[in-house]
Amino acid sequence: METTPRPVIGVVGYSSNEGVFSQPRVYHARFPKRLIQRLFRVTLSKRDVHHIAHLARLGVSEEEAADHLAKLSRILELVDQLRQVDTRGVEPMAHPLDMAQRLRPDEVTETDHRELYQRNAPAAEDGLYLVPRVIE
Amino acid sequence: MSTGGWEAVIGLEIHAQLATRSKIFSGAATAYGAPPNTQACLVDLGYPGVLPVLNAAALRLAVRFGLAVGAGIAPRSVFARKNYFYPDLPKGYQISQYELPVVQGGAVRITLDDGSGKTVRLTRAHLEEDAGKSLHENFHGLSGIDLNRAGTPLLEIVSEPDLRSAKEAAAYMRKIHQLVRWIGICDGNMQEGSFRGDANVSVRPAGSTQLGTRTEITNLNSFRFLERAIEFEIGRQTGVLEDGGRIVQETRLYDPDRDETRPMRSKEEANDYRYFPDPDLLPLEISEAAIEEVRAAMPELPDAKAARFTAECGLGAADAALLTASREIADYYEAVVAALGAGQARLAATWVNGELAAALNRDGLGIEAARVDPVALAGLLGRIADDTISGKIAKEVFEAMWAGEGGADAIIDRKGLRQITDTGALEQVIDQVIAAHPGQLADYRAGKDKLFGFFVGQVMKATQGKGNPAQVNGLLRRKLGS
Amino acid sequence: MEDRGVAALARALQDRRLSSRELTEAALARIGREDTALNAFITVTPELALAAAAAADARLARGEGGPLTGVPIAHKDIFCTRGVATTCASRMLAGFVSPYDAAVVERLAAAGAVCLGKTNMDEFAMGSSNETSFFGPVRNPWDLERSPGGSSGGSAAAVAAGLVPAATGTDTGGSIRQPAALCGITGLKPSYGRVSRYGMIAFASSLDQAGVLAHSAEDTALLLEAMAGFDPRDSTSADMPVPRYTAELGRPLAGRRIGVPPEFFDAGLDADCGARVQEALAVLRGLGAELVEVSLPHLALSVPTYYIVAPAEASSNLARFDGVRFGHRSKAAGSIEELYKRSRQEGFGAEVRRRIMTGTYVLSAGYYDAYYLQAQKVRRLIAGDLRSAFAKVDVIAGPTTPTPAFRLGEKTGDPVQMYLNDIYTIAVNLAGVPGISVPCGFARGLPVGLQLIGPAFGEAAVLNVAHQYQCATDWHRRQPPAQPAGAAR
Repeated sequence: METTPRPVIGVVGYSSNEGVFSQPRVYHARFPKRLIQRLFRVTLSKRDVHHIAHLARLGVSEEEAADHLAKLSRILELVDQLRQVDTRGVEPMAHPLDMAQRLRPDEVTETDHRELYQRNAPAAEDGLYLVPRVIE
Repeated sequence: MSTGGWEAVIGLEIHAQLATRSKIFSGAATAYGAPPNTQACLVDLGYPGVLPVLNAAALRLAVRFGLAVGAGIAPRSVFARKNYFYPDLPKGYQISQYELPVVQGGAVRITLDDGSGKTVRLTRAHLEEDAGKSLHENFHGLSGIDLNRAGTPLLEIVSEPDLRSAKEAAAYMRKIHQLVRWIGICDGNMQEGSFRGDANVSVRPAGSTQLGTRTEITNLNSFRFLERAIEFEIGRQTGVLEDGGRIVQETRLYDPDRDETRPMRSKEEANDYRYFPDPDLLPLEISEAAIEEVRAAMPELPDAKAARFTAECGLGAADAALLTASREIADYYEAVVAALGAGQARLAATWVNGELAAALNRDGLGIEAARVDPVALAGLLGRIADDTISGKIAKEVFEAMWAGEGGADAIIDRKGLRQITDTGALEQVIDQVIAAHPGQLADYRAGKDKLFGFFVGQVMKATQGKGNPAQVNGLLRRKLGS
Repeated sequence: MEDRGVAALARALQDRRLSSRELTEAALARIGREDTALNAFITVTPELALAAAAAADARLARGEGGPLTGVPIAHKDIFCTRGVATTCASRMLAGFVSPYDAAVVERLAAAGAVCLGKTNMDEFAMGSSNETSFFGPVRNPWDLERSPGGSSGGSAAAVAAGLVPAATGTDTGGSIRQPAALCGITGLKPSYGRVSRYGMIAFASSLDQAGVLAHSAEDTALLLEAMAGFDPRDSTSADMPVPRYTAELGRPLAGRRIGVPPEFFDAGLDADCGARVQEALAVLRGLGAELVEVSLPHLALSVPTYYIVAPAEASSNLARFDGVRFGHRSKAAGSIEELYKRSRQEGFGAEVRRRIMTGTYVLSAGYYDAYYLQAQKVRRLIAGDLRSAFAKVDVIAGPTTPTPAFRLGEKTGDPVQMYLNDIYTIAVNLAGVPGISVPCGFARGLPVGLQLIGPAFGEAAVLNVAHQYQCATDWHRRQPPAQPAGAAR
């Protein structure tokens, strides 16, 4: 094994417009597998954590972000095993059922139950759900 | 078309609300104008545990559109979730189609004001659900959410960036509007939001083959706004580029009051919709037989009908286009021709596009509310054709019919408007006219040919316009010549 | 034990040796005494239960009772129940009252079962230990210091402790089979599409399936017959007739081919658990079944695959909990963005938030192909392994869990340790096939589960083998010690 790894040979696809994550994508590796894994282990940053949390609309405190970072990194380590699997020519399986979508006749079957359904609403007035003002 | 060395490149995404009774994935009604949230069932509200089931009619209408534009119908298509948060989006995702849409490709032919034509290619058309509405008035600084519209089936029709001007874009949007109404998949009501568009606009130096950075102008709900918004946006972008600036890829809103576009604050950040196949729905498979069933029920399309009107009825392209502007107009016209006889198709076209269109326009009515029905109009036109009345008198009769005074024959009889075709009677009138104007007679015979018109006028006046013009002419010529 | 089971109780009810009222009152009393220690229930509904029992007794008196009429059951609190709190063990839904019944709830009510209440679970079914519940962990009746497993831990503990003869559960990665194994009861996850998901609050839509936790395969078959079947409200519900599972139970095992994958007996399997499973296999061979080695080469990949697919779907499924139309809304929200972020931060527990984060990440721009799409491809490889195996055998047998019940708090520090606990159960969900766990002995005083897996819609074969095994053994009759009354932990 070479002692000084030549940087990023055979590693492509790090593209800033794909997102703000700090992880490059490894497509073709000529280095020994273990070296590649060490070089390109999932390195999630706190910034990534905040970005993901924003996409998911989850508030995170700084303390929570640190915990998320540690645990998500562990999880990504686990799931990164899949990257080594040769799946060329394998059709993705979105669903266990080998069936086609069933169709519903175009009939109105629902009646108005607004009052019942809005009993669970945190804030409703005049039949409308209320939220802080939305700016377009 | 270039704008001072710049060329605009425009593509449209049109959202047509499909004319179904119930929603795309639930059994709630789609009727417009119900009190807020009274047509939002558990599925539309995104309640925990409820699941979507696809409306057969929504699929049928999408396939009908695909066939009408000569597109491919995907034998297998997939519903995907488009994930984003917005208060009018109950589930936090919109069910749409992403990688495999149901309608793929296709094209429409547009005609511009100068009579030139252009083919606009479609990229795709896919099924998706509409979102609800946020209302911003009268809630003490809060917004009110009405989810009645959530889950309404939409067909999103995406064009290739084939359009080069605001006028072309508007013509394309009109064409799609004509088509979706014609094939009965959408009521086309733009005030109610049933038909609306987003425009992707970029400009580039004329002659360049590379695309410039585009902006998206969203939610354009009239042809005029679409045209104005694109016009403005082309000007704005050209100005920025000419000043050496760069276009920012963004979503913009058109403000009709100020006649300008401006960036949408809620869409400032880059989107990451995290599309993935919706695991609550299975792949949508459409058999050849199902496609053929839709094809068999397809009405004759407007372009084909216009071509047939031109070929079979001898109409001009402009008349044929007017008569196929909507299916109701075409149906009306064809009903007139059917009652009148194919030999009078041109007469019928002249009247439908002329007197009838003018009367509808004057009273602000659609053709379905015409006060003279096709058979009645045919009755009137038949009296022109058989020389009972002249075209001029016919207009008077038409007005009376429009005013509800009865059928053509009844009005003609009651008002005594029947043409005088009895040669003896006409000769008698002519003799009297000649006798009363000896001076003019002498001048005429001395070579003043123009006076022939004077005598025709006098005879028509004496018959209160009822003299058959051709007969009057013939008899006069004979008598004056003798 | 005979008199604790659904089949026995149903017979006693039909013979009028017992009334549903007596049974229901006794069960409610026992819940009142023992559940303080177990925390198996989130909501108990005595009035509704007694009313349903009275109706059942009236029907039985008229001779109109069905196989479940008057039998008390409990529903995992993931099933929507009209007019009754439905929390999914989350602060997000604390106070949520469902306006409608889940299909499973409707069907069991129509079959005459009497619902006693809603059982505790991991929050939104995300967990393998029942420690993520907003309402506190459930305790294992065999050892109160230990986890009953999860996510259907409340249902498993309630059945094992004899609080209720059977309960519903859901299984996304092992959430019925694993707690059944750890609590020493029988738990079936049916084929994907066999039972309607309508009204079952979604965790991962392509994996979730409702099933049964009970004492025996026979009881399980009785409940499954009532629960299963086509539902037009669920696009993923299979339009296939429901076999009479109970009629197939008696078939002898002679000639049945049972596959044994070496991958199930790897280094991670506890030696005592492995020994119990081997003993169970010997019993099956003794009953005439032929044991055949089959290989599931991609089994080890099922955990990473699952922890991409399930969080991805969950991140989207849980987006509807935004504080607008129902559920928790933060009081400290000035803008819509704050309302979302704070409501979801406060409403969801740490594990749920972690899975939403994982799922959001694997679906995000630039990562979809490497994670989500790749996981879907590996999912097909895993399903293909099972499909190939079922070309050779009728059912596959192995352990349900690598270890017996672990201590509460033992695995909460490292999510991956917790996830690896599902190693033997997850492939079944990824492939959509049925799996059952039946008690097969004890390891260090704690129950061990034997897992039997069938091909898609092969519940009858799985239940048949499980029943024949239970006819030859009595592990499923063992009972944990009664819990000291009112002993709050």
